[in-house]
Amino acid sequence: MSLELQDVEWFAGYRQIIKGVSLEVIPGEFLGLIGPNGSGKTSLMSILSGIRRPDRGRALLSRQDMHRHGRRKLAQHIGFVEQQADTTDRLTVREAVSLGRTPYLSMLSPWTSRDDDLVAQALADVDMAHMADRHWQTLSGGEKQRVHIARALAQEPKFLLLDEPTNHLDIRHQLGLLELVRTLPVTVVAALHDLNHAALFCDRIAVMNHGVLVGLGTVPEILTKTMLRDVFGVSAQVEQDNDGNCFIRYHAAFDK
Amino acid sequence: MGLFKHPAFWHRIGAALAALMLLCAALAFAASVGETSIPVRTVLDTLANHLFDANRHVDAIDSGIIWNYRLSRAVVAACCGAGLAVSGVVLQALLRNSLADPYLLGISAGASTGAVSVVILGLGGGMVSLSLGAFGGAVAAFAFVSLLALQAGRGTGAIILAGIAGSQMFNALTSFIVTKSANAEQARGIMFWLLGNLSGVRWPDVWLALPAVICGLLVCLWYARALDAFTFGRESAASLGIPVRRVYVVLIGSSAMMTAVMVSIVGSIGFVGLVIPHAARFFVGARHGLLLPLSALIGALFLISADVISRIIVPGQVVPIGVVTALVGAPAFALILCHRRVLR
Repeated sequence: MSLELQDVEWFAGYRQIIKGVSLEVIPGEFLGLIGPNGSGKTSLMSILSGIRRPDRGRALLSRQDMHRHGRRKLAQHIGFVEQQADTTDRLTVREAVSLGRTPYLSMLSPWTSRDDDLVAQALADVDMAHMADRHWQTLSGGEKQRVHIARALAQEPKFLLLDEPTNHLDIRHQLGLLELVRTLPVTVVAALHDLNHAALFCDRIAVMNHGVLVGLGTVPEILTKTMLRDVFGVSAQVEQDNDGNCFIRYHAAFDK
Repeated sequence: MGLFKHPAFWHRIGAALAALMLLCAALAFAASVGETSIPVRTVLDTLANHLFDANRHVDAIDSGIIWNYRLSRAVVAACCGAGLAVSGVVLQALLRNSLADPYLLGISAGASTGAVSVVILGLGGGMVSLSLGAFGGAVAAFAFVSLLALQAGRGTGAIILAGIAGSQMFNALTSFIVTKSANAEQARGIMFWLLGNLSGVRWPDVWLALPAVICGLLVCLWYARALDAFTFGRESAASLGIPVRRVYVVLIGSSAMMTAVMVSIVGSIGFVGLVIPHAARFFVGARHGLLLPLSALIGALFLISADVISRIIVPGQVVPIGVVTALVGAPAFALILCHRRVLR
Protein backbone atom coordinates (compact mmCIF):
# COMPACT_ATOMS: atom_id res chain seq x y z
CA MET A 1 0.00 0.00 0.00
CA SER A 2 1.37 3.39 -0.97
CA LEU A 3 0.77 6.96 0.14
CA GLU A 4 1.73 9.66 -2.30
CA LEU A 5 1.26 13.35 -3.13
CA GLN A 6 1.61 14.61 -6.71
CA ASP A 7 2.04 18.34 -7.36
CA VAL A 8 -0.28 19.22 -4.51
CA GLU A 9 -1.41 22.81 -4.08
CA TRP A 10 -3.72 24.02 -1.35
CA PHE A 11 -5.23 27.41 -0.55
CA ALA A 12 -6.63 28.84 2.66
CA GLY A 13 -8.99 31.42 1.22
CA TYR A 14 -6.86 33.25 -1.37
CA ARG A 15 -3.57 32.52 0.36
CA GLN A 16 -1.60 29.67 -1.07
CA ILE A 17 -0.32 27.49 1.75
CA ILE A 18 1.01 24.46 -0.13
CA LYS A 19 2.87 24.99 -3.40
CA GLY A 20 3.42 22.05 -5.73
CA VAL A 21 4.47 19.40 -3.25
CA SER A 22 5.24 15.89 -4.50
CA LEU A 23 6.12 13.24 -1.97
CA GLU A 24 6.00 9.48 -1.71
CA VAL A 25 5.94 7.75 1.65
CA ILE A 26 7.92 4.51 1.62
CA PRO A 27 6.15 1.65 3.44
CA GLY A 28 7.75 0.83 6.79
CA GLU A 29 9.73 4.04 7.15
CA PHE A 30 9.66 6.77 9.77
CA LEU A 31 9.38 9.98 7.74
CA GLY A 32 9.95 13.23 9.58
CA LEU A 33 8.46 16.49 8.35
CA ILE A 34 10.33 19.60 9.48
CA GLY A 35 10.14 23.30 8.72
CA PRO A 36 9.80 26.64 10.45
CA ASN A 37 6.49 27.88 11.88
CA GLY A 38 3.94 28.60 9.16
CA SER A 39 5.79 26.58 6.52
CA GLY A 40 2.72 24.45 5.85
CA LYS A 41 3.56 21.35 7.89
CA THR A 42 0.14 21.03 9.51
CA SER A 43 -1.69 21.67 6.23
CA LEU A 44 0.44 19.07 4.50
CA MET A 45 -0.30 16.58 7.28
CA SER A 46 -4.03 17.05 6.95
CA ILE A 47 -3.80 16.59 3.18
CA LEU A 48 -1.76 13.41 3.68
CA SER A 49 -4.38 12.17 6.13
CA GLY A 50 -7.17 12.82 3.65
CA ILE A 51 -9.00 15.31 5.88
CA ARG A 52 -8.36 18.09 3.37
CA ARG A 53 -8.52 17.64 -0.37
CA PRO A 54 -5.81 19.34 -2.42
CA ASP A 55 -7.08 22.19 -4.60
CA ARG A 56 -4.71 21.11 -7.37
CA GLY A 57 -2.67 17.96 -7.81
CA ARG A 58 -3.48 14.55 -6.39
CA ALA A 59 -3.29 12.80 -3.05
CA LEU A 60 -3.10 9.08 -3.66
CA LEU A 61 -3.58 6.03 -1.48
CA SER A 62 -2.80 2.74 -3.29
CA ARG A 63 -2.37 4.80 -6.46
CA GLN A 64 -5.99 5.95 -6.31
CA ASP A 65 -7.30 9.40 -5.40
CA MET A 66 -7.96 9.50 -1.68
CA HIS A 67 -11.47 10.89 -1.83
CA ARG A 68 -12.50 8.00 -4.07
CA HIS A 69 -11.81 5.56 -1.27
CA GLY A 70 -14.45 7.20 0.89
CA ARG A 71 -13.92 8.50 4.42
CA ARG A 72 -14.51 5.16 6.11
CA LYS A 73 -12.08 3.17 3.99
CA LEU A 74 -9.50 5.94 4.39
CA ALA A 75 -9.85 5.81 8.17
CA GLN A 76 -9.20 2.06 8.06
CA HIS A 77 -5.81 2.71 6.49
CA ILE A 78 -4.67 6.05 7.90
CA GLY A 79 -4.59 6.97 11.58
CA PHE A 80 -4.08 10.66 12.28
CA VAL A 81 -3.18 12.32 15.57
CA GLU A 82 -3.63 16.06 15.29
CA GLN A 83 -2.15 18.76 17.46
CA GLN A 84 -3.86 19.38 20.78
CA ALA A 85 -7.17 17.58 20.45
CA ASP A 86 -8.90 17.87 23.79
CA THR A 87 -12.42 17.45 25.14
CA THR A 88 -14.51 18.49 28.12
CA ASP A 89 -16.62 15.33 27.91
CA ARG A 90 -16.47 12.89 30.77
CA LEU A 91 -15.02 9.72 29.30
CA THR A 92 -12.51 7.06 30.25
CA VAL A 93 -9.24 6.22 28.54
CA ARG A 94 -10.77 2.99 27.22
CA GLU A 95 -13.75 4.86 25.76
CA ALA A 96 -11.43 7.36 24.08
CA VAL A 97 -9.42 4.55 22.48
CA SER A 98 -12.65 2.75 21.50
CA LEU A 99 -13.44 5.68 19.21
CA GLY A 100 -10.68 4.32 16.99
CA ARG A 101 -12.95 1.42 16.06
CA THR A 102 -15.54 3.82 14.59
CA PRO A 103 -14.53 3.22 10.94
CA TYR A 104 -15.31 -0.49 11.33
CA LEU A 105 -18.65 -0.24 13.14
CA SER A 106 -22.17 0.26 11.89
CA MET A 107 -25.70 -0.70 12.78
CA LEU A 108 -25.17 -4.07 11.10
CA SER A 109 -21.65 -4.72 12.39
CA PRO A 110 -21.86 -3.89 16.10
CA TRP A 111 -19.11 -3.94 18.69
CA THR A 112 -17.63 -7.42 19.24
CA SER A 113 -15.06 -9.03 21.49
CA ARG A 114 -12.50 -8.58 18.71
CA ASP A 115 -12.94 -4.81 19.08
CA ASP A 116 -12.35 -5.21 22.81
CA ASP A 117 -9.14 -7.11 22.08
CA LEU A 118 -7.88 -4.52 19.61
CA VAL A 119 -8.54 -1.69 22.06
CA ALA A 120 -6.71 -3.59 24.78
CA GLN A 121 -3.81 -4.25 22.40
CA ALA A 122 -3.62 -0.57 21.41
CA LEU A 123 -3.59 0.44 25.07
CA ALA A 124 -0.83 -2.08 25.77
CA ASP A 125 1.18 -0.82 22.78
CA VAL A 126 1.38 2.68 24.25
CA ASP A 127 1.85 1.34 27.78
CA MET A 128 -1.45 2.72 29.06
CA ALA A 129 -3.26 -0.54 29.84
CA HIS A 130 -3.06 0.09 33.58
CA MET A 131 -4.86 3.40 33.13
CA ALA A 132 -7.73 2.13 30.99
CA ASP A 133 -10.41 3.13 33.49
CA ARG A 134 -8.99 6.54 34.36
CA HIS A 135 -10.97 9.59 33.32
CA TRP A 136 -9.60 11.67 30.46
CA GLN A 137 -9.53 14.87 32.51
CA THR A 138 -7.22 13.31 35.11
CA LEU A 139 -4.45 12.56 32.57
CA SER A 140 -1.27 14.51 32.05
CA GLY A 141 -0.35 15.94 28.65
CA GLY A 142 1.93 13.04 27.82
CA GLU A 143 -0.66 10.47 28.83
CA LYS A 144 -3.31 12.18 26.70
CA GLN A 145 -0.98 12.10 23.72
CA ARG A 146 -0.33 8.39 24.22
CA VAL A 147 -4.09 7.75 24.41
CA HIS A 148 -4.53 9.64 21.12
CA ILE A 149 -1.90 7.41 19.54
CA ALA A 150 -3.64 4.33 20.95
CA ARG A 151 -6.90 5.58 19.40
CA ALA A 152 -5.17 5.92 16.04
CA LEU A 153 -3.64 2.44 16.45
CA ALA A 154 -7.07 0.95 17.20
CA GLN A 155 -7.95 1.98 13.64
CA GLU A 156 -5.46 -0.75 12.55
CA PRO A 157 -3.82 1.74 10.19
CA LYS A 158 -1.08 1.06 7.66
CA PHE A 159 0.02 4.68 8.04
CA LEU A 160 0.24 6.58 11.31
CA LEU A 161 0.34 10.35 10.89
CA LEU A 162 1.40 12.49 13.84
CA ASP A 163 1.32 16.28 13.89
CA GLU A 164 3.92 17.50 16.38
CA PRO A 165 3.27 14.64 18.78
CA THR A 166 5.79 15.80 21.37
CA ASN A 167 4.40 19.29 21.95
CA HIS A 168 3.97 20.12 25.62
CA LEU A 169 5.75 17.01 26.80
CA ASP A 170 8.81 16.98 29.03
CA ILE A 171 12.02 15.70 27.50
CA ARG A 172 11.73 12.18 28.93
CA HIS A 173 8.25 11.74 27.51
CA GLN A 174 9.25 13.30 24.20
CA LEU A 175 11.98 10.71 23.71
CA GLY A 176 9.83 7.93 25.14
CA LEU A 177 6.98 8.69 22.77
CA LEU A 178 9.13 8.84 19.66
CA GLU A 179 10.94 5.66 20.66
CA LEU A 180 7.55 4.01 21.13
CA VAL A 181 6.31 5.18 17.74
CA ARG A 182 9.46 3.92 16.02
CA THR A 183 8.95 0.42 17.39
CA LEU A 184 5.35 0.18 16.19
CA PRO A 185 4.76 -2.00 13.11
CA VAL A 186 3.37 0.85 11.00
CA THR A 187 4.63 3.43 8.55
CA VAL A 188 4.97 6.73 10.40
CA VAL A 189 4.88 10.30 9.12
CA ALA A 190 5.48 12.83 11.88
CA ALA A 191 5.74 16.60 11.78
CA LEU A 192 8.51 17.36 14.25
CA HIS A 193 9.63 20.55 15.87
CA ASP A 194 12.90 19.46 17.35
CA LEU A 195 15.53 18.84 14.68
CA ASN A 196 17.66 16.68 16.96
CA HIS A 197 14.64 14.42 17.48
CA ALA A 198 14.24 14.21 13.73
CA ALA A 199 17.92 13.32 13.46
CA LEU A 200 17.64 10.69 16.14
CA PHE A 201 14.49 8.83 15.05
CA CYS A 202 13.75 9.39 11.37
CA ASP A 203 14.69 7.22 8.42
CA ARG A 204 14.07 10.11 6.04
CA ILE A 205 13.34 13.81 6.50
CA ALA A 206 11.19 16.13 4.40
CA VAL A 207 11.77 19.88 4.73
CA MET A 208 9.01 22.43 4.14
CA ASN A 209 9.65 26.14 3.68
CA HIS A 210 7.02 28.71 2.63
CA GLY A 211 4.75 25.93 1.41
CA VAL A 212 7.42 24.37 -0.81
CA LEU A 213 9.08 21.01 -0.25
CA VAL A 214 12.72 22.09 -0.33
CA GLY A 215 14.37 18.83 0.64
CA LEU A 216 13.71 15.12 0.98
CA GLY A 217 16.27 12.52 1.89
CA THR A 218 18.19 10.69 4.60
CA VAL A 219 19.22 12.47 7.77
CA PRO A 220 22.84 13.32 6.77
CA GLU A 221 21.66 14.47 3.34
CA ILE A 222 19.11 16.87 4.79
CA LEU A 223 20.52 18.17 8.05
CA THR A 224 23.30 20.37 6.77
CA LYS A 225 24.73 23.70 7.84
CA THR A 226 23.41 25.36 4.65
CA MET A 227 19.88 24.00 5.06
CA LEU A 228 19.74 25.15 8.67
CA ARG A 229 20.84 28.62 7.63
CA ASP A 230 18.62 28.94 4.54
CA VAL A 231 15.44 27.40 5.89
CA PHE A 232 15.52 27.95 9.63
CA GLY A 233 17.72 31.05 9.69
CA VAL A 234 20.03 29.71 12.36
CA SER A 235 23.72 29.22 12.53
CA ALA A 236 24.59 25.71 13.62
CA GLN A 237 27.13 22.95 13.38
CA VAL A 238 26.05 19.44 12.39
CA GLU A 239 28.21 16.81 14.04
CA GLN A 240 28.23 13.06 13.62
CA ASP A 241 29.07 10.59 16.35
CA ASN A 242 30.82 7.25 15.85
CA ASP A 243 27.55 5.45 14.98
CA GLY A 244 26.85 7.94 12.21
CA ASN A 245 24.07 9.68 14.18
CA CYS A 246 23.69 13.39 13.43
CA PHE A 247 23.67 15.97 16.15
CA ILE A 248 23.00 19.69 15.76
CA ARG A 249 24.88 22.20 17.87
CA TYR A 250 23.23 25.62 17.61
CA HIS A 251 25.19 28.87 17.79
CA ALA A 252 23.74 31.86 19.61
CA ALA A 253 22.35 34.98 17.86
CA PHE A 254 22.63 34.90 14.11
CA ASP A 255 22.10 37.78 11.70
CA LYS A 256 21.44 37.19 8.05
CA MET B 1 -27.29 -12.25 12.76
CA GLY B 2 -25.12 -12.04 15.85
CA LEU B 3 -27.01 -8.96 16.94
CA PHE B 4 -29.74 -10.86 18.76
CA LYS B 5 -27.32 -13.12 20.62
CA HIS B 6 -25.47 -10.14 22.02
CA PRO B 7 -26.32 -9.69 25.71
CA ALA B 8 -26.18 -5.90 25.36
CA PHE B 9 -29.00 -6.12 22.84
CA TRP B 10 -31.38 -7.71 25.35
CA HIS B 11 -30.26 -5.34 28.08
CA ARG B 12 -31.23 -2.51 25.80
CA ILE B 13 -34.63 -4.02 25.00
CA GLY B 14 -35.24 -4.39 28.75
CA ALA B 15 -34.20 -0.83 29.47
CA ALA B 16 -36.36 0.47 26.62
CA LEU B 17 -39.41 -1.38 27.99
CA ALA B 18 -38.78 -0.03 31.48
CA ALA B 19 -38.47 3.50 30.09
CA LEU B 20 -41.70 3.10 28.14
CA MET B 21 -43.55 1.91 31.24
CA LEU B 22 -42.21 4.82 33.26
CA LEU B 23 -43.38 7.18 30.56
CA CYS B 24 -46.88 5.65 30.49
CA ALA B 25 -47.11 5.91 34.28
CA ALA B 26 -46.14 9.59 34.09
CA LEU B 27 -48.76 10.21 31.39
CA ALA B 28 -51.48 8.51 33.47
CA PHE B 29 -50.42 10.52 36.50
CA ALA B 30 -50.51 13.78 34.51
CA ALA B 31 -53.99 12.92 33.28
CA SER B 32 -55.30 12.38 36.81
CA VAL B 33 -53.87 15.56 38.38
CA GLY B 34 -55.42 18.95 37.78
CA GLU B 35 -58.00 21.41 38.97
CA THR B 36 -60.45 18.56 39.38
CA SER B 37 -58.54 15.57 40.61
CA ILE B 38 -59.57 12.36 38.89
CA PRO B 39 -58.60 8.94 40.31
CA VAL B 40 -55.98 7.02 38.32
CA ARG B 41 -58.50 4.14 38.13
CA THR B 42 -60.87 6.36 36.11
CA VAL B 43 -57.95 7.43 33.91
CA LEU B 44 -57.14 3.79 33.16
CA ASP B 45 -60.78 3.01 32.43
CA THR B 46 -60.98 5.96 30.03
CA LEU B 47 -57.82 4.81 28.29
CA ALA B 48 -59.20 1.29 28.02
CA ASN B 49 -62.40 2.67 26.49
CA HIS B 50 -60.58 4.74 23.90
CA LEU B 51 -57.77 2.37 23.05
CA PHE B 52 -59.45 -1.04 23.23
CA ASP B 53 -63.22 -0.25 23.17
CA ALA B 54 -63.46 -1.76 26.65
CA ASN B 55 -66.88 -0.28 27.40
CA ARG B 56 -66.07 0.51 31.03
CA HIS B 57 -68.43 2.95 32.69
CA VAL B 58 -66.81 6.38 33.07
CA ASP B 59 -68.43 9.74 33.72
CA ALA B 60 -68.65 11.54 30.36
CA ILE B 61 -67.20 14.79 31.71
CA ASP B 62 -64.27 13.04 33.40
CA SER B 63 -63.68 11.07 30.24
CA GLY B 64 -63.72 14.24 28.15
CA ILE B 65 -61.31 16.05 30.46
CA ILE B 66 -58.92 13.14 30.51
CA TRP B 67 -58.96 12.18 26.87
CA ASN B 68 -59.45 15.48 25.05
CA TYR B 69 -57.73 17.83 27.38
CA ARG B 70 -55.16 16.37 29.75
CA LEU B 71 -53.87 13.34 27.91
CA SER B 72 -53.26 15.02 24.56
CA ARG B 73 -51.57 17.81 26.45
CA ALA B 74 -49.36 15.42 28.43
CA VAL B 75 -48.35 13.52 25.29
CA VAL B 76 -47.39 16.74 23.52
CA ALA B 77 -45.47 17.86 26.61
CA ALA B 78 -43.58 14.56 26.54
CA CYS B 79 -42.80 14.87 22.83
CA CYS B 80 -41.68 18.41 23.30
CA GLY B 81 -39.40 17.61 26.22
CA ALA B 82 -37.90 14.65 24.39
CA GLY B 83 -37.45 16.56 21.14
CA LEU B 84 -35.83 19.60 22.71
CA ALA B 85 -33.52 17.47 24.87
CA VAL B 86 -32.38 15.38 21.88
CA SER B 87 -31.79 18.52 19.80
CA GLY B 88 -29.77 19.91 22.67
CA VAL B 89 -27.59 16.79 22.87
CA VAL B 90 -26.95 16.85 19.12
CA LEU B 91 -26.05 20.53 18.94
CA GLN B 92 -23.82 20.38 22.00
CA ALA B 93 -22.01 17.38 20.55
CA LEU B 94 -21.56 18.75 17.03
CA LEU B 95 -20.68 22.31 17.97
CA ARG B 96 -18.47 21.21 20.88
CA ASN B 97 -20.11 23.85 23.05
CA SER B 98 -21.86 23.04 26.30
CA LEU B 99 -23.96 26.22 26.04
CA ALA B 100 -25.51 25.23 22.71
CA ASP B 101 -29.28 24.73 22.82
CA PRO B 102 -31.98 24.06 20.22
CA TYR B 103 -32.82 27.76 19.95
CA LEU B 104 -29.23 28.63 19.07
CA LEU B 105 -30.03 28.41 15.37
CA GLY B 106 -32.57 31.23 15.47
CA ILE B 107 -35.54 28.86 15.54
CA SER B 108 -37.48 30.36 18.45
CA ALA B 109 -36.76 33.91 17.28
CA GLY B 110 -37.96 33.06 13.79
CA ALA B 111 -41.03 31.29 15.15
CA SER B 112 -41.98 34.36 17.17
CA THR B 113 -41.62 36.58 14.10
CA GLY B 114 -43.77 34.17 12.11
CA ALA B 115 -46.37 34.05 14.88
CA VAL B 116 -46.68 37.83 15.24
CA SER B 117 -46.79 38.25 11.47
CA VAL B 118 -49.85 36.03 11.41
CA VAL B 119 -51.56 37.25 14.57
CA ILE B 120 -50.82 40.96 14.46
CA LEU B 121 -50.07 41.79 10.84
CA GLY B 122 -52.69 39.36 9.61
CA LEU B 123 -50.31 37.68 7.19
CA GLY B 124 -52.07 35.05 5.11
CA GLY B 125 -55.43 36.76 5.52
CA GLY B 126 -56.80 34.36 8.14
CA MET B 127 -55.94 31.30 6.06
CA VAL B 128 -52.76 30.65 8.02
CA SER B 129 -52.86 29.50 11.64
CA LEU B 130 -50.52 30.79 14.30
CA SER B 131 -48.74 27.42 14.38
CA LEU B 132 -48.17 27.37 10.66
CA GLY B 133 -46.91 30.94 10.76
CA ALA B 134 -44.55 30.08 13.59
CA PHE B 135 -43.30 27.03 11.72
CA GLY B 136 -42.71 29.09 8.59
CA GLY B 137 -40.86 31.72 10.59
CA ALA B 138 -38.72 29.09 12.30
CA VAL B 139 -37.74 27.48 9.00
CA ALA B 140 -37.01 30.86 7.43
CA ALA B 141 -34.80 31.86 10.34
CA PHE B 142 -32.98 28.52 10.25
CA ALA B 143 -32.40 28.88 6.51
CA PHE B 144 -31.07 32.40 7.07
CA VAL B 145 -28.72 31.26 9.84
CA SER B 146 -27.49 28.26 7.81
CA LEU B 147 -26.71 30.42 4.78
CA LEU B 148 -24.96 32.94 6.97
CA ALA B 149 -22.91 30.17 8.63
CA LEU B 150 -21.94 28.73 5.24
CA GLN B 151 -20.84 32.15 4.03
CA ALA B 152 -18.98 32.95 7.24
CA GLY B 153 -16.74 29.89 7.15
CA ARG B 154 -16.66 26.31 8.23
CA GLY B 155 -15.82 26.44 11.92
CA THR B 156 -18.24 25.69 14.71
CA GLY B 157 -17.71 29.26 15.89
CA ALA B 158 -19.18 30.53 12.61
CA ILE B 159 -22.39 28.57 13.20
CA ILE B 160 -22.77 29.88 16.75
CA LEU B 161 -22.14 33.49 15.72
CA ALA B 162 -24.49 33.20 12.75
CA GLY B 163 -27.13 31.82 15.13
CA ILE B 164 -26.70 34.74 17.48
CA ALA B 165 -26.91 37.25 14.63
CA GLY B 166 -30.00 35.56 13.20
CA SER B 167 -31.73 35.34 16.59
CA GLN B 168 -31.08 38.98 17.34
CA MET B 169 -32.39 40.06 13.97
CA PHE B 170 -35.60 38.05 14.16
CA ASN B 171 -36.20 39.04 17.79
CA ALA B 172 -35.81 42.66 16.77
CA LEU B 173 -38.30 42.12 13.94
CA THR B 174 -40.78 40.63 16.42
CA SER B 175 -40.37 43.54 18.82
CA PHE B 176 -40.74 45.97 15.97
CA ILE B 177 -44.00 44.42 14.80
CA VAL B 178 -45.35 44.18 18.36
CA THR B 179 -44.55 47.79 19.30
CA LYS B 180 -45.73 49.17 15.97
CA SER B 181 -48.98 47.35 15.49
CA ALA B 182 -50.11 45.38 18.52
CA ASN B 183 -52.63 46.48 21.13
CA ALA B 184 -52.11 45.63 24.80
CA GLU B 185 -54.23 42.49 24.57
CA GLN B 186 -52.28 41.12 21.61
CA ALA B 187 -48.94 41.99 23.18
CA ARG B 188 -49.86 40.04 26.32
CA GLY B 189 -51.06 37.10 24.25
CA ILE B 190 -47.80 37.01 22.31
CA MET B 191 -45.77 37.17 25.49
CA PHE B 192 -47.69 34.20 26.86
CA TRP B 193 -47.14 32.26 23.69
CA LEU B 194 -43.43 33.02 23.74
CA LEU B 195 -43.06 31.61 27.24
CA GLY B 196 -44.65 28.36 26.17
CA ASN B 197 -48.29 27.45 26.31
CA LEU B 198 -49.86 24.01 26.17
CA SER B 199 -53.44 25.16 26.81
CA GLY B 200 -54.73 24.88 23.27
CA VAL B 201 -53.14 21.51 22.58
CA ARG B 202 -55.45 18.76 21.24
CA TRP B 203 -55.02 15.41 19.49
CA PRO B 204 -54.18 16.80 16.01
CA ASP B 205 -51.10 18.37 17.61
CA VAL B 206 -50.12 14.96 18.95
CA TRP B 207 -50.16 13.47 15.46
CA LEU B 208 -47.72 16.20 14.44
CA ALA B 209 -45.43 16.15 17.47
CA LEU B 210 -45.18 12.39 17.97
CA PRO B 211 -43.98 11.43 14.48
CA ALA B 212 -41.62 14.40 14.44
CA VAL B 213 -39.93 13.41 17.67
CA ILE B 214 -39.81 9.69 16.84
CA CYS B 215 -38.28 10.32 13.41
CA GLY B 216 -35.85 12.83 14.86
CA LEU B 217 -34.76 10.47 17.62
CA LEU B 218 -34.30 7.56 15.21
CA VAL B 219 -32.17 9.64 12.84
CA CYS B 220 -30.00 10.83 15.73
CA LEU B 221 -29.65 7.30 17.10
CA TRP B 222 -28.59 6.08 13.67
CA TYR B 223 -25.74 8.61 13.88
CA ALA B 224 -24.93 7.92 17.56
CA ARG B 225 -21.44 6.61 16.80
CA ALA B 226 -20.77 9.55 14.52
CA LEU B 227 -21.69 11.88 17.37
CA ASP B 228 -19.29 9.97 19.64
CA ALA B 229 -16.56 10.52 17.08
CA PHE B 230 -16.90 14.28 17.51
CA THR B 231 -15.60 13.97 21.09
CA PHE B 232 -12.23 15.41 20.08
CA GLY B 233 -13.57 17.82 17.49
CA ARG B 234 -14.36 17.95 13.78
CA GLU B 235 -10.94 17.08 12.38
CA SER B 236 -10.66 14.11 14.66
CA ALA B 237 -14.13 12.95 13.59
CA ALA B 238 -13.06 13.27 9.95
CA SER B 239 -9.94 11.21 10.61
CA LEU B 240 -12.16 8.52 12.16
CA GLY B 241 -13.97 8.18 8.85
CA ILE B 242 -16.98 10.37 9.60
CA PRO B 243 -18.37 12.31 6.63
CA VAL B 244 -18.45 15.50 8.67
CA ARG B 245 -20.37 17.67 6.24
CA ARG B 246 -23.13 15.12 5.69
CA VAL B 247 -23.49 14.45 9.41
CA TYR B 248 -23.75 18.19 10.03
CA VAL B 249 -26.42 18.68 7.40
CA VAL B 250 -28.49 15.66 8.42
CA LEU B 251 -28.29 16.08 12.19
CA ILE B 252 -28.51 19.86 12.46
CA GLY B 253 -31.29 19.74 9.87
CA SER B 254 -33.30 17.13 11.74
CA SER B 255 -32.88 18.73 15.13
CA ALA B 256 -33.88 22.09 13.65
CA MET B 257 -37.00 20.58 12.10
CA MET B 258 -37.86 18.80 15.34
CA THR B 259 -37.45 22.02 17.30
CA ALA B 260 -39.43 24.03 14.73
CA VAL B 261 -42.38 21.61 15.01
CA MET B 262 -42.31 21.79 18.82
CA VAL B 263 -42.02 25.57 18.92
CA SER B 264 -44.85 25.98 16.44
CA ILE B 265 -47.14 23.88 18.65
CA VAL B 266 -46.28 25.13 22.14
CA GLY B 267 -44.10 28.22 21.79
CA SER B 268 -40.50 28.40 22.90
CA ILE B 269 -40.07 26.58 26.16
CA GLY B 270 -36.64 27.42 27.43
CA PHE B 271 -34.16 25.56 29.60
CA VAL B 272 -35.08 21.98 28.59
CA GLY B 273 -32.80 21.75 25.56
CA LEU B 274 -29.90 23.32 27.36
CA VAL B 275 -30.00 21.56 30.70
CA ILE B 276 -31.51 18.10 30.23
CA PRO B 277 -28.54 16.92 28.12
CA HIS B 278 -26.17 17.87 30.93
CA ALA B 279 -28.35 16.13 33.50
CA ALA B 280 -28.43 12.97 31.36
CA ARG B 281 -24.66 13.10 30.81
CA PHE B 282 -24.28 13.17 34.57
CA PHE B 283 -25.93 9.73 34.73
CA VAL B 284 -24.53 7.88 31.71
CA GLY B 285 -21.54 9.86 30.45
CA ALA B 286 -21.01 11.00 26.90
CA ARG B 287 -21.73 7.84 24.85
CA HIS B 288 -24.56 8.89 22.56
CA GLY B 289 -26.06 5.44 22.11
CA LEU B 290 -27.18 5.77 25.75
CA LEU B 291 -27.20 9.53 26.13
CA LEU B 292 -29.75 10.21 23.38
CA PRO B 293 -32.54 7.91 24.61
CA LEU B 294 -31.94 8.83 28.23
CA SER B 295 -32.08 12.55 27.41
CA ALA B 296 -35.33 11.97 25.54
CA LEU B 297 -36.77 10.12 28.55
CA ILE B 298 -35.67 12.70 31.13
CA GLY B 299 -36.83 15.54 28.88
CA ALA B 300 -40.24 13.93 28.44
CA LEU B 301 -40.70 13.23 32.17
CA PHE B 302 -39.46 16.70 33.06
CA LEU B 303 -41.85 18.50 30.76
CA ILE B 304 -44.83 16.33 31.78
CA SER B 305 -44.14 17.25 35.42
CA ALA B 306 -43.54 20.90 34.58
CA ASP B 307 -46.89 21.01 32.79
CA VAL B 308 -48.67 19.46 35.79
CA ILE B 309 -47.05 22.01 38.09
CA SER B 310 -47.93 24.88 35.76
CA ARG B 311 -51.58 23.81 35.92
CA ILE B 312 -51.91 23.44 39.70
CA ILE B 313 -49.41 25.85 41.29
CA VAL B 314 -51.68 28.91 41.06
CA PRO B 315 -55.35 27.87 41.55
CA GLY B 316 -57.59 29.00 38.75
CA GLN B 317 -54.72 30.12 36.56
CA VAL B 318 -52.18 28.49 34.26
CA VAL B 319 -48.61 29.68 34.70
CA PRO B 320 -46.61 29.65 31.44
CA ILE B 321 -44.70 26.37 31.34
CA GLY B 322 -41.47 28.15 30.39
CA VAL B 323 -41.58 29.90 33.74
CA VAL B 324 -41.96 26.58 35.55
CA THR B 325 -39.18 24.82 33.64
CA ALA B 326 -36.76 27.56 34.59
CA LEU B 327 -37.98 27.98 38.17
CA VAL B 328 -37.84 24.26 38.91
CA GLY B 329 -35.07 23.36 36.52
CA ALA B 330 -32.48 25.95 37.48
CA PRO B 331 -32.18 24.90 41.15
CA ALA B 332 -32.28 21.23 40.20
CA PHE B 333 -29.51 21.83 37.72
CA ALA B 334 -27.49 23.76 40.29
CA LEU B 335 -27.74 20.74 42.59
CA ILE B 336 -26.46 18.42 39.87
CA LEU B 337 -23.55 20.75 39.11
CA CYS B 338 -22.47 20.91 42.74
CA HIS B 339 -22.92 17.19 43.20
CA ARG B 340 -20.80 16.47 40.17
CA ARG B 341 -17.94 18.47 41.60
CA VAL B 342 -18.13 16.47 44.81
CA LEU B 343 -18.05 13.21 42.83
CA ARG B 344 -14.85 14.22 41.09
